[in-house]
Amino acid sequence: MTLRKYLVLAGVTVFAAAGDSMLSHGMKQTGSISVHHLEGIILAVLNPWVALGIVLLLAFFASYMNALSWADLTYVLPATSLGYVLLALAATFVLHEQVGPLRWLGIALISGGVGFVAGGPALTAHSEEERPRSKSPLLAKNASQGAPKATGVPTEEDLPAASGGLPR
Amino acid sequence: MKSVYTWCGILVIVFASVVGDVLLARAMKQVGDVHEFWRRAGLWVVVSRVLGNPNFFLGVTAMAVAFFGLLFALSWGDVSLVAPAAASLTFIGNAFAAKIFLHEEVDRRRWIAAVLVAGGVALLAA
Repeated sequence: MTLRKYLVLAGVTVFAAAGDSMLSHGMKQTGSISVHHLEGIILAVLNPWVALGIVLLLAFFASYMNALSWADLTYVLPATSLGYVLLALAATFVLHEQVGPLRWLGIALISGGVGFVAGGPALTAHSEEERPRSKSPLLAKNASQGAPKATGVPTEEDLPAASGGLPR
Repeated sequence: MKSVYTWCGILVIVFASVVGDVLLARAMKQVGDVHEFWRRAGLWVVVSRVLGNPNFFLGVTAMAVAFFGLLFALSWGDVSLVAPAAASLTFIGNAFAAKIFLHEEVDRRRWIAAVLVAGGVALLAA
């Protein structure tokens, strides 16, 4: 893990939290969308808060894709969840909202969960990641060894192995 | 009636998010480490490789479904129910999906993390 990678994870966290809160703020201004008036969605997107929220969520998406290229899904996702903690802390210290004991417990649980994952390896899906560096005839064999619980469905293994071999 | 709509919306969001996350994670694993690749080949090669990946497009489509599901659900139900319910169920769903479809080693550490985060997110709404 380099500083740059930590920055990417921070970007995932901050952009998701900021984008979601702006989207939510904008949608509250727009009001209910009904199935019979789908044009309401277009109007919603024209709301500046919704538009800004979408821009921030695009930034989130870019950093999320970046993170997924070098880390497991189950590693990156808890990082996103730190955004909820950020939102709750901002509500307390910036907006001076009342945060009850249950919410503090929630914050503690999320932080604990993130701590659990952060202590472990970022990438475990080595069956698809590391092994393709070795000689190609061994790919399928290695892939299934790396994932003991895999059912050995050939299509599951072939895809990553085939394209993983290309750039290297 | 509105709460039925809301929960249907939440289920749609959860399903679409899990499908999208798994497809995007797979796409990015196929592309490879973006940092390394960027340094070696330049940004545009990275971007074109990502955009040329079919899993990426399927994943983005699923995410778009989840996004519009969220817009609908937010207009039917409270954000304090929809956002945490969808998020915490997506965490659990993703842990299963990552293990089954991405062959990630979801060890005890990660299960605990998924449950803690899901519980915490749900509590934040309380």
